[in-house]
Amino acid sequence: MDNIFSAFTNRRRVLDALKNTHRSRVPAEPPCPSCGQSAAITALRLCSKCGHHYAISAALRLDKLLDDGGVALFEDIPSRDPLNFPAYGEKLAAAREKTGLGDAYCVREGAISGRRVIAAALEPEFMMGSMGTAVGEAVTRAIERAGALRLPLIIISASGGARMQEGMFSLMQMAKTSAALRAFSDSGGLFISILTNPTTGGVTASFASLGDVTLAEPGALIGFAGPRVIEQTIGAKLPAGFQSAQFQLAHGFVDAIVPRDQLRSALVRLLKLHPETAAAV
Amino acid sequence: MSAMTAHERVKAARAPDRPRVRAYIADLFDDFFETHGDRLAGDDAALLCGVATFEGRPVTVAGNVKGIDLDSNLAVNFGMAGPDGYRKLQRAARQAEKFRRPLVTFIDTPGASPTASAEERGQGEAIARCLFELSGLKTPIIAVLTGEGGSGGALALGLADRVIMLENSVYSVLSPEGFASILWKDASRAEEAAGVMKLTAEDLLAFGMADEIVREPPGGVAANRTALMRALRGVLRRTLDELCALDTQTLLAQRYEKYRKF
Repeated sequence: MDNIFSAFTNRRRVLDALKNTHRSRVPAEPPCPSCGQSAAITALRLCSKCGHHYAISAALRLDKLLDDGGVALFEDIPSRDPLNFPAYGEKLAAAREKTGLGDAYCVREGAISGRRVIAAALEPEFMMGSMGTAVGEAVTRAIERAGALRLPLIIISASGGARMQEGMFSLMQMAKTSAALRAFSDSGGLFISILTNPTTGGVTASFASLGDVTLAEPGALIGFAGPRVIEQTIGAKLPAGFQSAQFQLAHGFVDAIVPRDQLRSALVRLLKLHPETAAAV
Repeated sequence: MSAMTAHERVKAARAPDRPRVRAYIADLFDDFFETHGDRLAGDDAALLCGVATFEGRPVTVAGNVKGIDLDSNLAVNFGMAGPDGYRKLQRAARQAEKFRRPLVTFIDTPGASPTASAEERGQGEAIARCLFELSGLKTPIIAVLTGEGGSGGALALGLADRVIMLENSVYSVLSPEGFASILWKDASRAEEAAGVMKLTAEDLLAFGMADEIVREPPGGVAANRTALMRALRGVLRRTLDELCALDTQTLLAQRYEKYRKF
């Protein structure tokens, strides 16, 4: 036993030493799922060869989008377990550990090239970015704050849809967020909705589809029903590219497809085209 | 009240002899005139809209259409509406506002249609736009859950000032089959799913998502349709009176708060 153990630790030490000697080299990336090359991944999580869009965390997105990253809002919204759902508490704890977030969202107040905005992003690594009460509340507070301050609102969606573990409370978030957007829209607020991989289910069927301007990231899966459910329903395979960002553009549900490294400049242009409105009386 | 399990309620809600939307319209309203089409692309037989009178006052009526056997269900896609249906509802809702008619919806759907053609025509956007329209609609909205209410496809007709559930109706984030399939990768565990989802009228009333439960007559709604309709008529009359007495600003503020609290 002792011998096996020490042989193992020695082996680890040798491996670690080898790694250290090679640290100066560019680490070999696993092959890109789009171009198959072992190319470096950029700071915005794009393949440096073909531009493939890797998943990116909500926090990193907003860090890169906002001048100096902005200021975090609403970080303390508690996640709820209204159904007392088996093992949900453990799942939440694991997701918090993995992402460092309280739930599947980041909201910030900040500026894009000097223009103040409220920006929110959903976190795909936190239970697939699903919307339960905490995400719905964060999105609603973001909308209401943008309305109160008369600031443009930007929401970057990445979500599998309603969070099943919170049952009907998750469904109610669709009504809550949509109602908040209706009030925001009626007051003249600008909402730019950005659809990233994936945007499906109850998020597509609520706030994500209610943008004044809707942008999508290349290659993003965007739809209501997931591909597996559709294939089961129709008893056939879906063609390649079904529900892709390009598909949504072709069918009239997206204004433009914007690569991630051009998003900031696209937003600067759009914000310039929507000048600041007078402060609320 | 009998101690039925949640799964038994789901079965009762889906019973093929349960009254369908046209039965409610025939028994509760007069002068019904069905209005077809979304004025964009088509007319969805799975979601019906029209104008009628309820005890003399004009109302807009909308509801999911289910069949009673395989043939009639195939004709209405088993009550699963597509984007054309949800856009027809938006048109009916806007007219309800224009002509100052209350909107009464009848919900009985397993969910929105999950087909390739529904996706091509923007199923998600169509449902989202219903929520957007209904949340700001300047006229009273009453939703009645008559059978099963599943997912955003039901909520699109369910964002209302008052939500009334029949005793054996159910309302859930997804059908128990879909729920089991997503969470446990096993649709056959639907009975177990129904047990944990809290989807009965009692559950929804306790959550504040339903405002009132209409008791079903002993012996079942199919055999005692007259008694059911009499009870529902009374609830509709009282609810319409309450909501029509509110000024628009109060109505909309209360509706916002109703969903804001979740």
